[in-house]
Amino acid sequence: MFTIGLAHYLTVAAILFTLGVFGIFLNRKNVIIIMMSIELMLLAVNLNMVTFSSYLNDMVGQVFTMFILTVAAAEAAIGLAILVVFFRNRGTIAVEEISQLKG
Amino acid sequence: MIAALIFYMFAGLAVVSAGLVVTARNPVHSVLFLILCFFNAAGLFLLLGAEFLAMVLVVVYVGAVAVMFLFVVMMLDINFLKLREGVAQYLPTGAVIGIVLLVELAVSFGGWSFAPDVEAMLASPAPNGGEVTNTAALGQLIYTKYVYLFQASGVVLLIAMIGAILLTHRSRSGVRKQKIYDQVGVTAKDRVEIRKVSTGGGI
Repeated sequence: MFTIGLAHYLTVAAILFTLGVFGIFLNRKNVIIIMMSIELMLLAVNLNMVTFSSYLNDMVGQVFTMFILTVAAAEAAIGLAILVVFFRNRGTIAVEEISQLKG
Repeated sequence: MIAALIFYMFAGLAVVSAGLVVTARNPVHSVLFLILCFFNAAGLFLLLGAEFLAMVLVVVYVGAVAVMFLFVVMMLDINFLKLREGVAQYLPTGAVIGIVLLVELAVSFGGWSFAPDVEAMLASPAPNGGEVTNTAALGQLIYTKYVYLFQASGVVLLIAMIGAILLTHRSRSGVRKQKIYDQVGVTAKDRVEIRKVSTGGGI
């Protein structure tokens, strides 16, 4: 209980990832919350990578965590830009409307 | 003992704020809880000895990504209460899938053990001893062995920047813009006209 090991960190990461998936199902209409849930899931993955890197004494996990961070930041920027353009054209961000977007 | 308490504080706050991110009624509160969650995750990174990544997480996520989310949430004029309709309808499905996923993760991680010869298989072992800091160790890797991936991530960011600008930029009509090319390219002929004026005649 009082000695923190690999399992503790993996548990936290697993709970964070599950909350991210849960958030996508719960807020099916709001794209912004869905994107925040994706950020949570990426954070959980990063936590897993850093945990294994730390407990294995291998730096590669942290190197790739940095690349994941880069891709996550790029994804958020592009996603929010698309969201702003969509809102400007349609006046709503409901997911059901986006599924009707053709062509 | 104290390290354990600090771990439980960071982990508990991270999980609670992550839960509030997905359940908060107001999206602005969601973004603020996301920021809290990132701070606590940075604390967990610190406990794991990844100081550089902890700072990068705070700078990149809290300083850039979360503020961008906040900006978009506040800028768009959306009726968020309407978007929350049907949450009770989606709750059971989400809960079932979440629990199934958690059980799967618990089963896969519960039986986890490192291979006995894992020390021999490490791609780049961390320099121990304490004279090399985490940041220096990371720098020694990304500028040598992973330099191409490092450059590629820079290209990804550049493309994301160009894409975001291109998507959100719009040229509005009816705006009097400064046309620098025309201003610089103007000659005296375009501006000054010399006319012969006859005495008493006028133009």
